[in-house]
Amino acid sequence: MREYYKKIKAIEFGMLSPELVKKMASVKVVTPELYDKEGYPVDGGLMDIRLGVIDPGLRCKTCGGKLKECNGHFGYIELARPLLHIKYIDMVLAFLRATCRECGEILLDEKKIKKKENVITKSEMKKHIRSLITSARNVKKCPHCQAKQYSVKIEKPSTFLENDKKLSIIEIKLRLEKISEFTVSLIGLDPSKARPEWAILEILPVPPVTIRPSITLETGERSEDDLTHKLSDIVRINQRLFENINAGAPEVIVEDLWDLLQYHVTTYFDNEISQVPPARHRSGQALKTLSERIKSKEGRFRNNLVGKRVNYAARTVISPDPKLELNEVGIPKEVAMELTIPERVTEWNLKRMKKFVENGPEKYPGSNYVIRPDNKKKKITEETQEQLLEELQPGYQVERHLMDNDIAIFNRQPSLHRMSIMGHRIKVLPGKSFRLNPAVCNPYNADFDGDEMNLHIPQIEEARVEVEMLMDVKNQIITPKNGLNIIGCDTDSVTGNYLLTKELEYNREDAIEILYSIGVNKPEKFLNLKNKVKGIEIFSMLLPSDFDFIGITKLKEELVIKNGNIIKGYIDNNTIGNEKGTLIRAVFAKYNQETGIEILGQIFRLGIEILLREGFSISSTNVDLPEHVKEKNIEIISNAEKKVLQYIEQYNNGELEPLPGLALEETVEIKIMEILNKSRNKVGQLIAENVNQSNPVVIMANSGAKGNIINLAQMAACVGQQALRGKRIANGYKDRVLTIFSRGDLQPSSKGYIKRGYRDGLIPSEFFMHAMTGRDSLMDTALRTPKSGYLYRRLSSALQDLRVEYDYSVRDGKGNIIQFQYGEDSLDVSKTWGGKINVERIAKEVVGVDKNVT
Amino acid sequence: MLPDHLLKEAKELVKRYKMNIKQEKEFMKRLEDVYIGSKIDPGEAIGVITAESFGEPSTQMVLDTFHFAGVAEMSVTTGLSRLIEVLDARKTPSTPRMDLYLKPKYSKNVETVKKIAENIKETKMQDILKEITINIAKLQIEAEFDKRTMKDYGLKEKDLLDILKHSLKNVNMKETKEGFNCKSKEEITLSEIYRLKEKIKRIKISGLKGITRVLPVKNDEDEYIIYCAGSNLKDALQLEEIDHERTTSNNIYEISEVLGIEAARNAIIVEIQKVLDGQGLSIDIRHIMLLADIMTRNGEIKGVTRTGIAGEKESVLARAAFETPIKHILNASLIGEVDELNSVIENVILNQPIPLGTGLPQLIMRNLTEDKDEFN
Repeated sequence: MREYYKKIKAIEFGMLSPELVKKMASVKVVTPELYDKEGYPVDGGLMDIRLGVIDPGLRCKTCGGKLKECNGHFGYIELARPLLHIKYIDMVLAFLRATCRECGEILLDEKKIKKKENVITKSEMKKHIRSLITSARNVKKCPHCQAKQYSVKIEKPSTFLENDKKLSIIEIKLRLEKISEFTVSLIGLDPSKARPEWAILEILPVPPVTIRPSITLETGERSEDDLTHKLSDIVRINQRLFENINAGAPEVIVEDLWDLLQYHVTTYFDNEISQVPPARHRSGQALKTLSERIKSKEGRFRNNLVGKRVNYAARTVISPDPKLELNEVGIPKEVAMELTIPERVTEWNLKRMKKFVENGPEKYPGSNYVIRPDNKKKKITEETQEQLLEELQPGYQVERHLMDNDIAIFNRQPSLHRMSIMGHRIKVLPGKSFRLNPAVCNPYNADFDGDEMNLHIPQIEEARVEVEMLMDVKNQIITPKNGLNIIGCDTDSVTGNYLLTKELEYNREDAIEILYSIGVNKPEKFLNLKNKVKGIEIFSMLLPSDFDFIGITKLKEELVIKNGNIIKGYIDNNTIGNEKGTLIRAVFAKYNQETGIEILGQIFRLGIEILLREGFSISSTNVDLPEHVKEKNIEIISNAEKKVLQYIEQYNNGELEPLPGLALEETVEIKIMEILNKSRNKVGQLIAENVNQSNPVVIMANSGAKGNIINLAQMAACVGQQALRGKRIANGYKDRVLTIFSRGDLQPSSKGYIKRGYRDGLIPSEFFMHAMTGRDSLMDTALRTPKSGYLYRRLSSALQDLRVEYDYSVRDGKGNIIQFQYGEDSLDVSKTWGGKINVERIAKEVVGVDKNVT
Repeated sequence: MLPDHLLKEAKELVKRYKMNIKQEKEFMKRLEDVYIGSKIDPGEAIGVITAESFGEPSTQMVLDTFHFAGVAEMSVTTGLSRLIEVLDARKTPSTPRMDLYLKPKYSKNVETVKKIAENIKETKMQDILKEITINIAKLQIEAEFDKRTMKDYGLKEKDLLDILKHSLKNVNMKETKEGFNCKSKEEITLSEIYRLKEKIKRIKISGLKGITRVLPVKNDEDEYIIYCAGSNLKDALQLEEIDHERTTSNNIYEISEVLGIEAARNAIIVEIQKVLDGQGLSIDIRHIMLLADIMTRNGEIKGVTRTGIAGEKESVLARAAFETPIKHILNASLIGEVDELNSVIENVILNQPIPLGTGLPQLIMRNLTEDKDEFN
């Protein structure tokens, strides 16, 4: 058993004092050379073995650990002259300005300092300190020692000027050292953890080699890390500076070298400072130094600390398989033989476990590793197999191949909500793709045009229990977003059920065959079936016999279910669909999740099965219109055009009355838009009235499976006005949209009205303007995705540590109260029906139950 | 035990279904069972659920501005852009709007409403000038009134000149047949006279500051509402004709200043709901309330930004993991911050259990086999 309790209680932040740097160092780095002639690390070099090991086989000279055992050790460089730490420049400047240049006291008298009322929060503290510094800055004479003060300026990046004279770093250090602990704390530092003069570097820590490993290229050449390059620059210049100072070189040369060293140390910390040219490789590429390693999406924080890589995962293309249960996932054998589950050997399963080891990694179901009681992992190979088989006994663990009914986590990116990562049960299937029931596409937002998904195998019992009890598909059907079912039937399945319950009829044998094929096995119910079985009877077989339900279909008709039988109406998207399937929601409200998911799966499969048997397809003839409808349609459009022309004429003659608050041009535009929109709706209505109800497009629209009547009208008769930003297409040329039109033409066709249908085809100008709106919507999607992604990141960052406490209050990580009662009634949205408790249903039940008794 | 709204509903149903005492008892018991069963689990990561509930649908929203009856100035930002605006807690919305409701005695008659509306709209000098030019030879400004609009606004030349004289110093005003001439008393350069001209154009004549356009619209209850482009709640609420209870603005900051933080919380909820309704999305109100609550919990509106709630977290590591890590770590080193690791992301960073959900209980079970003697 691994133990789970916190190891780290808190993390303290502070600056490194020179003493500490020296204390934690195990090497003093003195030479820029890395390796000697034999390729062995030089003592006192940047790759000194005492700094840690990066080569397998070598041992660390400091702690004796091997690679991966030793985390590495720090070293240090003694700088010939003090240097400024570029990241603490602002702090140093604040101290130089706020303290006396002679005595180091703060340049304010005690009265001013004490004004520290209502400073409670951090931001108030910040404000208070800022005001202290600004008021101290303008003091001309020290109130403590009466010394005259000069203004200190900064010349970016790292030169301080006092009275336009350069302040030497040594001078700065002397001044900072004089500052008392009290003054340091006034400026907001914690003097026990940070002193201002520690920002002046006299000794520079050298990070362990383990954070800057060198890589050996194929040619055998060694390529050093950017940090090592930078550090060796620092050491080299530092040595030269030492030599020059010792040789008594002229001040100019020393100064130049000092500045150069400052440059190197600055870019070592941050290579992206403005006014500082970035240090580059020989190839001209900028070096990636300390700051760049931490920053941004690819930096240490977001790439390695917050997001981590995992083992026991697989990824491949997904494809559909409606015969699977909703909470199953089909995986290829190749994956099953690579991913494993550690299973403990006991007296009772010894035989079974031996079989796994015997089969080994090549034969399914076998195993890949054996873990001994001392946690030593042994790979099963032809050589080790026999020996491991022999020693296998209770206490050992076998990492066996995945088998049916093992628990897995299935995920598709982007993981926008918790239904993007759900628990599934494994089903090992032939083929090389992951298989999933198309009903769960909706929560994953997956389709099968090449989407890939990830699979993770939980390795310990606790994890498996959590997956099964919290993450399984059956627990995720009601979304906490709004308390409706996110998983339901979709497209074909809706169509199938709609057809079945609306018009189909089967003979007894076929009905039983259908039911049996979708996993309904209720022989006692089959017995009652007559020779002719209606569709609604078949559907009713799926429902429990105590299920009562009243729902409204998409076409506002009633669906009544009594005692598990459909009495009136039919099934459509509003009863079994995604996000609004009232019937599905009712099933989940009344029965437990196992029953619910079983019924949902059967309903889904029933729809598919019906379509498989009946066949369902559309062709271009489905959007053909009868002659008289066509004529009427043309009439509607030409009438609309005539009306528009009338308005245009009125407008041109100046006879048009402007609408209140509108200019004349706007008025005519609105009037035209109004007429054209009306005309398209009229066409839609006309088609709806004249279309054959058995037309598959109409069936899909009426059942809510996909599409609507407007889509049909667009295909058959008239695509309608193309609108860009709520208006007719704006002029791209002078006074006209395209050069084929005449100037100032306001006719429908020259401003993006498409009077033809897709079936008849568009003329070039129509096609072009259709493409304009198409492009616009593509751009909208492309611009929206990063925006909403960032919004989501900020939201989750801001809200992630809120939790519901045992008293149902909402608090953040620190315990601050956000809400006294969650949602004002402490209801879990995913346990409600659209955010509410269905009180009426309970009332009906109570009244109904009592009636049965009496 | 039951929350008020459920109790109320239950009582109504008891009446409607004419339950007897036994039934009522049974009904209340069942309702209570259902309620307790539907309560949220302690430890639930409710913040994450709220964030997901917004984040997932926001990918389906349209980036769009909605045009109100085709009038460009009256359009309102909706969709994702508006949602971002509300959550950022920007000081002014990109399209400020105010819906002015009127007291019943003023709200029925079109003419009175129009008059009120006209009085509210900010009228500047440039709106009633037909032409304003600089006469370079005479170094004076010559302006011509637009008599027709002046009549619409009910303004007289004399009043206008008074206003002009009142708001400009050091100038000589002279009324002309068409309008007025304006000349500086002192020597003046060309660029200065240009500035003077611009100043004249911007002089406010009447109305509320910031209201650029008004539109009286009749609603379903035969009542006129004045839609205003631009928002000035403080001044609007002081008007006699205004119904103070229903008049609103879409400027959340303004609401917070004029009506207080609780009103601002409500405004946030209303504004978010408006966006969601416009997009046809359904997100439970509990999520919106939680968001509004956390944005207003300190008594001032905080945006969901790196300077707002996301940046004010207790933990250094959490802030560093969000944005600008170096700044936060350096600052923490100076003030000697201690990270107590009591929220989520720090513990993720350190590979430790997080204090949410199944990671919350702090129970450790002793290994019974090792301590057998103690228990026997």
